[in-house]
Order: sequence, then C-alpha cells, then structure tokens
Amino acid sequence: MAKQLMKGCEAIAEAAIQAGCRFFFGYPITPQNDIPEYMSARMPKVGGCFLQAESEVAAINMVYGAAGAGARVMTSSSSPGISLKQEGISYIAGAELPCVIVNMMRGGPGLGSIQASQGDYFQSTKGGGHGDYHLVVYAPASVQEAIDLMQTAFDVADKYRMPVLILADGIIGQMMEPVEIKQGNASEPVKKDWATVGWSEKDFTRPRAVVNSLYIEVEELEELTGRLQARYAKIAEEETRVELYNTEDAEFMLCAYGTVARICKTAIAQLKKQGIKAGLVRPITLWPFPYKAVHDAIAAPSVKKALCVEMSAGQMVEDVRLAINGEKEIELLGHSGSRVPTAEEIAQRIIQMRGA
Amino acid sequence: MLEQNLFAGFGGQGVLLMGQLLAFAGMLESKYVSWLPAYGPEMRGGTANCSVNISDEPIGSPVVSKATSVIVMNRPSLDKFESAVQPGGMLFINSSIIDRKAERDDIQVFYVPCNEIAEQLGNARVANVVMLGAYIEKTKCVDMENILNALLEKLGKTKAHLIPLNREALVKGAESVR
Amino acid sequence: MAIVFKKTSVLTDTIMHYCPGCGHGIVHRLVAEALEELNLQDKAVGVAPVGCAVFAYRYFNVDMQEAAHGRAPAVATGIKRVLGPESCVFTYQGDGDLASIGAAEIVHAAHRGEKITVIFINNAIYGMTGGQMAPTTLVGQRTTTSPYGRDMEHCGSPIRMSEMLATIDGSAFIERVALNSTANIQRAKKAIRKAFETQMAGKGFSMVEVLSTCPTNWGKSAVESMDWLESSMIPYYPLGVKKEV
Repeated sequence: MAKQLMKGCEAIAEAAIQAGCRFFFGYPITPQNDIPEYMSARMPKVGGCFLQAESEVAAINMVYGAAGAGARVMTSSSSPGISLKQEGISYIAGAELPCVIVNMMRGGPGLGSIQASQGDYFQSTKGGGHGDYHLVVYAPASVQEAIDLMQTAFDVADKYRMPVLILADGIIGQMMEPVEIKQGNASEPVKKDWATVGWSEKDFTRPRAVVNSLYIEVEELEELTGRLQARYAKIAEEETRVELYNTEDAEFMLCAYGTVARICKTAIAQLKKQGIKAGLVRPITLWPFPYKAVHDAIAAPSVKKALCVEMSAGQMVEDVRLAINGEKEIELLGHSGSRVPTAEEIAQRIIQMRGA
Repeated sequence: MLEQNLFAGFGGQGVLLMGQLLAFAGMLESKYVSWLPAYGPEMRGGTANCSVNISDEPIGSPVVSKATSVIVMNRPSLDKFESAVQPGGMLFINSSIIDRKAERDDIQVFYVPCNEIAEQLGNARVANVVMLGAYIEKTKCVDMENILNALLEKLGKTKAHLIPLNREALVKGAESVR
Repeated sequence: MAIVFKKTSVLTDTIMHYCPGCGHGIVHRLVAEALEELNLQDKAVGVAPVGCAVFAYRYFNVDMQEAAHGRAPAVATGIKRVLGPESCVFTYQGDGDLASIGAAEIVHAAHRGEKITVIFINNAIYGMTGGQMAPTTLVGQRTTTSPYGRDMEHCGSPIRMSEMLATIDGSAFIERVALNSTANIQRAKKAIRKAFETQMAGKGFSMVEVLSTCPTNWGKSAVESMDWLESSMIPYYPLGVKKEV
C-alpha cells in the first residue's frame, strides 16, 4: 500500500480499528481531540461504537464494562484527563481486563499547558492509580511506530489480560508523517470465556462470569497480586523493548524516549560532524523498563559520560540511575515547562561535558 | 538535503495547508518529511504556524527552531520568526501586507506580493500557493508538479478544475523571485 | 410431595451478609424473580455497586461485574453497547453510590437514554461505611456525620432522584416503591418487571427507586424501621410512577 501523510492522532485511531478495536469511549481534551473525532466518523462505518462520555471518569468505566463483556476497547486522553481515569485504570488492572489507553501528554501539574510534555512518566510507570499494579507502557517516537505499537498493544493486553498504555506526547499526536497502515491486520480474536455475556446453568458449561477487583480476604487478595506479579515478571522477560542507536564505541551516551529521542538523534549527527562520538539508548517500553540494555549501553568501557534528556524535571532519569546503580554518573537535561529541547542545546551540553 | 521550514501567518491564510502540500509533495518524491503545527486554544483568525522538514535522511526533531527557510504571511509572523532563520538561510516575505523590510543582513530575503498576484489571477485565496511557488523556485526542494498532485489529493477529484489556477499561481510566484 | 415453594434459580445458594431487617434481601429476590419470570437469566448481566450491596455479584446467579463507587451506570453502558439490544443489563445501587458520588454517571446514562435498568435502593444513609449522612438523609435525621440531625442550612435538603431523572428526555420508565408492606412489596415487584420490560422493548432508560430500611444504622428495630420508613420517608419521597413513555 502507498504511504499516506497522516496526523499521529488519526493514524493511531485508524491503527486501532485495523487492530480490531470496535469500541471507543472518550472525552474531549487538547491535544488529542483528533482521536475521538476520527473515531466518531469511522466507528459507525465498521460496525463499531464511538461514545462521548460525560467525563473521563465515566469513559474509563465504560471501557471497564466493555472490556468485561469481551470487547477490544480503548480510550484516549491527555494528562489531566488521564489523572481522572486513574481510578478506573486501577480497577481494570485489579479485575484483569484487557484494554488500551492512549495518553498524549501535555504540560503539568494542574491545567499546565497544552503543549507537549513528558511529565507523566512517574504516573505511567510507577502506579498512577492505587494499589500494586503495572501497565505495559509503550513510548513511540514516530507516527509509524505509534501505529505499529497499537497492534502490539491490543495483542499484549489480551495476552496478559491487563491494561496497556501508549504514552506519547502532543507532538507525536499533532505531527504528520508518511505512514503505512496495514489493512485488515487484526490478530485472531482471543477466547475470553471469563467475559460477562449472559449465562445460565442450563445452557453453558463455563462457570458464571464475575468481573471484579474486590478480594476481601487477605489470602484472596494476595493470590491476585501474586498472580499479577508473576505476570509482570514474565512481561519484563518477554516484552521489554529498546532501541540502540550508534552505541558502538560511543564516548557519550544519551538516554531519551519518544519525541526527545529523535531530537537526540539530530544532536548525535551534529556531534559527529565535530568528531564527537555519541550514541542513544531509547526505551520503547517504559514499563517494563529496559534496565539491562540501558545498563549495558552506559556501562560500556568506551562511554565516558551519560546524559538523560527529558521534557520533564527528571523522571525517567531515576530509572536510568537505578539501571547503572552508581557505576557511572548520569547527568540530566530536563525541561518541564513544555519547552522542547533543541538538538543544538543537547549537542552543546555534550560538548560541555566533554570539556569538564 | 535537509530543508527545515517554518510557515507562519494568521488563520485563514492557508499557512498550515502550505506546509502540508510541501510535506505531501516531499512524500511523493520518497523523501523523509514531517509536518508539525503549533497549536493553541482554538480561535478563529488567530496566528498559525507549522514546522516542515524535508530530508534524504530520517528526520530527528520535528520542531524547527533554526530554519533553513522561514515563510511569513503577515507582520506579526515576521517580527516573531525573522530571528529563526539560520545564517545564510532564506526568508520569504508576503510584501502585499507586510509593511516593513527584513532587518537581517546575513540571510537571503525575498519579497513576494502574494495577495496582489493572487488577485490578478482572479482568486485571492491562492496567495499561499503563490508563495509556495516562490519558495520552490529558490529551494528546488520538490518538483512543482508534485505540489499540484498533493493539492489534488487534498482537495479530492471533484475540485480538479482548480488545478490550472493553482498551477498558474505557482508559476507566477516562481517568476516573482526569478 | 408437591413443591409449594421454590427459591428462584436466579439467586445463588450463597448466604447473604445483610443485617436482620435490611431490605436488600427482599429486593434481591424481587429482581431475581422478575428476571426468571421474564426468561432473562441467560441474557442478563448485572453490575454491583460499592456499598452494602457490594457482594451482589455473589447472590445474583447471572454474569456480573463489580463497579467502582458510583460508576455502575458507566460500566453498564459499556456492557450494553457491546452486547446489544438482546442483552438485559442492570445496575443495583445504593443512595450514596447513585445520588452522591455517581450523580454524574446516573444523570448521563438517563440523558443518553441508555437502555439499562437501574435498581436504586434508597435507605437514607450510608450503610457499609457505618451510618454516615447520604444525600437522601432526611432533614433532622441523625447519622454519624450529622450527629445533631441533618441541617438544611448547612447541607441542603434531601435529593429526590426519581423526580429529577424523570425530567430527562432519555428516561422511559421511573417508579418509586417501598418495602413497608406486603402490598407495596408486590407493587415493587411489578415495577421491577416493568423496568426490565421497558429495557427489552428498547424504549430507553428505566429505574426503580426502592425505599428501604437500615435498622442497624438507623438505631431501630426491624419493626420500628418499617414504621419509620412509612411515617417519615414516604411523605418526603412520594411513591408512584414518575415517568412512563
């Protein structure tokens, strides 16, 4: 198929439909309105359902109901709206339901700004809602990668019966790039005999379905969280993704994700012209965090210093430091006011680090 | 090749469309492209600008902060983005409605009377395409025909009758800076 | 031996955790019987609330989902949109759940004309958390968070959800009933049947508000509770059909 020039938000929405998603519940918030708008036009044409909820709180609970009834379902929002969804996300994790959530991050805290940001790293990877749970978190760095990760997200959600988050920023959502969306790419539907679709003792052999996150007995709750933790361990082993770019013989290692990672690549090209070897380690899954790959990239003998670049006051840098566990010092270049770092300032910082 | 462009003007001047047409044309030529609009609270007639990259290599930052070319369609955009042109870069000024000259002397500046040319062609709305013609004449970064192909794709076949007018607008724009 | 009485198969054999004199057990049975009589067991999906009826998923012998506090109408919306008009989706909610924290969800489920049935238990108090004031608590009523009696100047007067939701175009059937007498329990059963029929006919949103008792948190005996329901609650919350299209 020929390439199309598509906006990130619209491409993500179409990719979800191609992945077999037929239910979307959402609420307007900038900068992700193109997703619900696209879905509202497209869903009726593929026999699906788009519904604008009264709030993000309601939207995520509609997702809960639809996922519990066995559907491939998603919602999308941006930072303040994702905060509102955290209650529902915790329940979805507790009830072991599969779904996909898209967060087009904007600046915070509070109403913050509507410009791109990476301030929701902690919220996305360290909890967000209450309780002992995780989401699988994918951080695309291009529109094409966002498309490809949508299919993966739905499959991983179904495979492990858990919510999956696509964590992008406003730039990925608003940017247009040439992309290819594979048509009719939906994977085989997963059998969901736990779904609530109607039941009676006379007609069905399966047990009565109960979708629930309440485990009032200590032993029962521990059994659930134990099951979740075992699942998370398996995911860490099998689903962790990372990109290594120019890491071989690099003297300086950058670590960044999403839009910032591609800006780092421009900086690396600029540095190369000046004879400075810099590389990039880019986590694609923020949870599970690629601790080993990040460690190995930075701990390599050729690497003199490492720099973490983020559109936040420094959130992922904590995981990078955890990965390297004191073996090397990790510096931070962080902007938290929704200002996008430029390739020039990243290159400049490396040059400074080299001189120091 | 890496063309890093900033298009700016007020809403309704077709500034975002200019950028999209350029990105689309680049895609038709199998180049790497990106288009990124600046967005703010919705307001009709507010300012609009977009970053467009065209390159032979994968594009790093989609945000253009230091541009090889800046294209400004109104005065506030000139005031805001003149400083964003890289030394040696190009600045395209819609001289029909911008009442001052550029201040920089380390860049190439082109004055294009977009609105007047468009009105001579009988349709004030093609002022943006006139400017695109001037830009392509100087940068040669895409083939003019691909702008028209992009436009056809964007407008749909029912608007094919608008293509000759837009071709003329591109040509006149190009002639104005030759 | 002839069988003269049999528990409905739409209730499980699990022993209910409700206090003596509580109305939940009665309403559970009415709902289950209505589903059985209308032959809806295998089409039904219920949504349990947070509140005393949190374990409703253990008692109704149908596929069930447990919702977050107040969100049952949103969860039911998701289920109904997936399963379609053939399904029978109901929520079972208390007054704190529906009239306080879930006020937005219930209003907008009605406003969309969501084809679901809501069983709303109004006993004028928060039961599970230990007898705090609800939006439906009567003026002057003492609770653990209105120890001097509910003061209208301070926290308003009790909210009448049925009347409010009846003003919304999307609601198709709304009736308020009470459990204070056998006759009224029979009427409640009829109303619940009617609500399910409304849903299955695709007419729109349906709700039955059941005035119920909470002897434990009212500090009354079961019998005193029934009397108080009749003498204090019914005058403020008039029984009857509020909406029928």
